[in-house]
Amino acid sequence: MVEVNGIYVLWLRDIKRYVRARSRIIGSLGMPIFFLAFLGMGFRRAQIPSLPAEISYIDFLAPGVVSMVVLFTGTFSGISIVWDRQFGFLREIMVSPVSRTTIALGRTLGGATTAIFQGMLMLIVSLIVGFRPDPVGTLSSLVFMTLIAISFTGLGIAISTLMEDIHGFQLVVNFFVFPIFFLSGALFPITEFPTWLKVVSYLNPLSYGVDGMRWSLIGFSEFNPILDFAILTAFSIGIIFLSTFIFERTEVG
Amino acid sequence: MGETLIKTERLRKVFGDFTAVDDISFEVYKGEVFGILGPNGAGKTTLIKMLSTLLHPTSGRAFVAGFNISERPGDVRKNIGMVFQEPTLDIELTARENLDFHARLYGMDRRKREERIKEVLEIVDLGEKADELVKKFSGGMQRRLEIARGLMHSPKVLFLDEPTLGLDAQTRRKIWEYINQLKEKRETTIILTTHYIEEAESLCDRVAIIDHGRIIAIDTPGKLKGRVGEDTISLVADNLERLAKLLEPLDGIRVVKVTENLLISVSDGERIIPEIFSIAQENNIKISSINLKKSTLEDVFILMTGRKIRDNSDGKLWHVMRTRRR
Repeated sequence: MVEVNGIYVLWLRDIKRYVRARSRIIGSLGMPIFFLAFLGMGFRRAQIPSLPAEISYIDFLAPGVVSMVVLFTGTFSGISIVWDRQFGFLREIMVSPVSRTTIALGRTLGGATTAIFQGMLMLIVSLIVGFRPDPVGTLSSLVFMTLIAISFTGLGIAISTLMEDIHGFQLVVNFFVFPIFFLSGALFPITEFPTWLKVVSYLNPLSYGVDGMRWSLIGFSEFNPILDFAILTAFSIGIIFLSTFIFERTEVG
Repeated sequence: MGETLIKTERLRKVFGDFTAVDDISFEVYKGEVFGILGPNGAGKTTLIKMLSTLLHPTSGRAFVAGFNISERPGDVRKNIGMVFQEPTLDIELTARENLDFHARLYGMDRRKREERIKEVLEIVDLGEKADELVKKFSGGMQRRLEIARGLMHSPKVLFLDEPTLGLDAQTRRKIWEYINQLKEKRETTIILTTHYIEEAESLCDRVAIIDHGRIIAIDTPGKLKGRVGEDTISLVADNLERLAKLLEPLDGIRVVKVTENLLISVSDGERIIPEIFSIAQENNIKISSINLKKSTLEDVFILMTGRKIRDNSDGKLWHVMRTRRR
């Protein structure tokens, strides 16, 4: 009971901090909005060979940008444990009776929830820019958003245990998060890549998230959506085990 | 002596080739305020981190509130409160939210939570600041809030790691007051580390002096000081030779030397001074000045190690430590 309660408390803290940081909510949507608006307008008339002519670029792009928001928010909130370590708050949690597993799970759920909120906000904003998704599909897109959120929050937590302080943050953003984003098919179909890059994209879990989102929202997909769902579910479960496993072994000196 | 609440047996912690805590064994009894006194880097914090299950011992065993720290860390954590040397509050939350978060982690129900939050904020005089964001608090207020939080779940053992480090004299005195209040109630056993002599002397029932990871002495402050002997009285009077002869036969007095002033070593300075005066008066000797130097735990440390506990760059060191963590 203490453990379930512990997960809830850690989740609640993340939500409280999220709701309170309004400037961060808006600030972190800035870049994706510009991606959507400017790339959308700029490539408005471009025709991508592997894309059916009736799908406009902005419709193709919007699910990708929503996935991007979930990817970034999730990874960052996972990594934010480094901040907690730096400001000492992690110790307060670590000497409490809740187990390390609970701490990792609570953080994963909290971070994932904020990532889903951000994704939904981005989806709403994209409507203003002119995106017209399938209304029923938004429900299944929520499933994919959740899976992306859990996967990358968990990955963020795993990364955070390897980081001594926050100086490595830029490194992670530029050499990890951005490549994942660019190689996921969010901006253009993976089919356009040369074969060797295609292989890399197939190894990228976000590729399946973006594809699932796109299938949900506009009915276009490069893979089988069931495959998307299966791979992403397997990945998110795997990452939860991995991140709790690593987290349990950390000493807070 | 009551029930044993903490027991360590040959506890060691090695980081690489550096032994931070070396073969430490001691016991702490219920209701005690137990001090761990030593210079910076002596291993005090490492010791406390092992007892609070944050670090795993390299070898040896320890029991806190009856539970083995290596085998039952969860049960240990339920029974301890911890106030760290460095701030560990969530500065984006209010004081009340920090306490509430803490209480929930310890599984306290709503009614109990609200009740305790009021109580502990009262203890540290932060009742009016309950709903302010912690980032607006001064350093002293934050430390007080940390102490309040350590008390939230009424732990059997409260660890205070350098509770007054980096605080100004006034705040320090205030925090000593809170600790003394707790001490009077005798409900919470307190382990505190410090490198302030006055802190160890004025607050602790017993003190372990540690240096280079080892306990070099452990006893009540009074008995520890008894080891260096004694207080020293130096006085100037118009007939020193005669006064020395008159004082010599008294209990607990040793005349050290007679030159331009009289130096005597006594076990209990305050008690003996009036006696000296009355003897002098009876024999028509005029005392023109008198000076009492009490022995301190610092003297004990110097006697055992040949060094002083504290360098004077203390404030600077704190600054370096903090910036290094950034």
